[in-house]
Amino acid sequence: MEFQSCVKIINEWDIVAARQLGRNVAKELGFGTVDQARITTAISELARNIYLYAGQGSVCIEKLNEDGKSGLKIIAEDQGPGIEDIRRVMEDGYTTSGGLGAGLPGAKRLMDEFDIESIPGEGTTIVAMKWLR
Amino acid sequence: MDNRENMEKKYLEALSTYLKDQNEQALYQGQKISRLHIKYNISPEEIISMHKNNLIDLYPDLPEKVVDSFDFLLEVMMGYGIAYREHQSLRHQQQELKTEIEIAANVQHTLLETEIPDIKSLEIGAISVPARQMNGDYYHFVEDENECIGVGIADVIGKGIPAALCMSMIKYAMDSLPEHRHEPNSVLESLNRVVEHNVDPSMFITMFYGLYDPHNRQFSYASAGHEPGFYYDAATGTFSDLDAKGLLLGVDKKTRYRQYEKKVNGGDMIILLSDGVTECRTNDGFIERETLIGFIKKNMHLQAQEMVNNIYKQLEKMQNFQLRDDFTLIILKSKV
Repeated sequence: MEFQSCVKIINEWDIVAARQLGRNVAKELGFGTVDQARITTAISELARNIYLYAGQGSVCIEKLNEDGKSGLKIIAEDQGPGIEDIRRVMEDGYTTSGGLGAGLPGAKRLMDEFDIESIPGEGTTIVAMKWLR
Repeated sequence: MDNRENMEKKYLEALSTYLKDQNEQALYQGQKISRLHIKYNISPEEIISMHKNNLIDLYPDLPEKVVDSFDFLLEVMMGYGIAYREHQSLRHQQQELKTEIEIAANVQHTLLETEIPDIKSLEIGAISVPARQMNGDYYHFVEDENECIGVGIADVIGKGIPAALCMSMIKYAMDSLPEHRHEPNSVLESLNRVVEHNVDPSMFITMFYGLYDPHNRQFSYASAGHEPGFYYDAATGTFSDLDAKGLLLGVDKKTRYRQYEKKVNGGDMIILLSDGVTECRTNDGFIERETLIGFIKKNMHLQAQEMVNNIYKQLEKMQNFQLRDDFTLIILKSKV
């Protein structure tokens, strides 16, 4: 691992710090403004979920380099209540209709790869990646 | 040829044309581009970015603050971009659901199919049309070993898929009734037990069951809270309600049903229906049972099947081709 940097999410201002970190790394990697905004929005959503539902956790950003492709990896982790029904939260319209924001399906669409693991009572880990084209 | 790649160029052309001369023609180009963008799944944030880049190309001396403002706009449009993608995905899901329901409706159609018996002394016509794709009404004919004709008509309170699922159960309960003579009251009593046992307590079914014996031309019937049908007496030329009292299916498993008898003379008619027929709504409110009798009279000279088809068509037209409830109409015409 050549690079990893993390932000602890405890209060709402930490969401801004996570966004800033993500944007800086995306810029360094050479992502265009549209993709920078997409990555930042995805980070924002994941960090907001931690702040709202888990209380605290962390967002880490990694640079990726695989088979000559470079990209960015977001790891959002918390030790919150976990998600009982992952299928349900990944359903379109489940969160957006309540005005809660883009939700996990929205964040997933902004990225190229998206993986979620959650154990009720123990916490949730979401890993999302975007590749530079 | 248009493609996703040359959209940026097209945008630049249209934008510079408009900035040179602000006319409607150029704006119309903008509308066309909007349609193309949707076609190629270009999201709002990409359009802002395209706009910003083009503007910088056209006016390199643009104030820096103006250029920066587009980054802010792009961020604001992110939410719309997400909502737009979600909308597309939901639209796709809706299409899939529609197809699935169509298939389910076909399956239901096959499942509930019943053959209209062909006997000498009786002419039978039947029609059942769902308000949506799936039918919550059901009718069933059965000819027993004594050449008696059983006719059942049932209506689930409610419509659409839940009602249709419920109806399939009635069909199977009917099929598993004992083979011997189908006495209307005992048919309703056994179906009542099945419904009470198997269906959600919030769901109710009304049902009418009749049995016609061609040997003595006797029609016996019982009703579980079903919309009363009509009886046409050819001798006097009058219509009367085919009244029968009884509790809906599924309310109380101990319900007993009373059986009624009627002697059927040549030319008489038995008209059975679901409340989708009497609850046809026109601009003046529900149609009166009298109005319905009028329609029956008007078509009385026809064959039973033509009668029900015509009455359906006329009522459908009367309510501007919008059925509010599943519609089922059965006419049994006794031959002279």
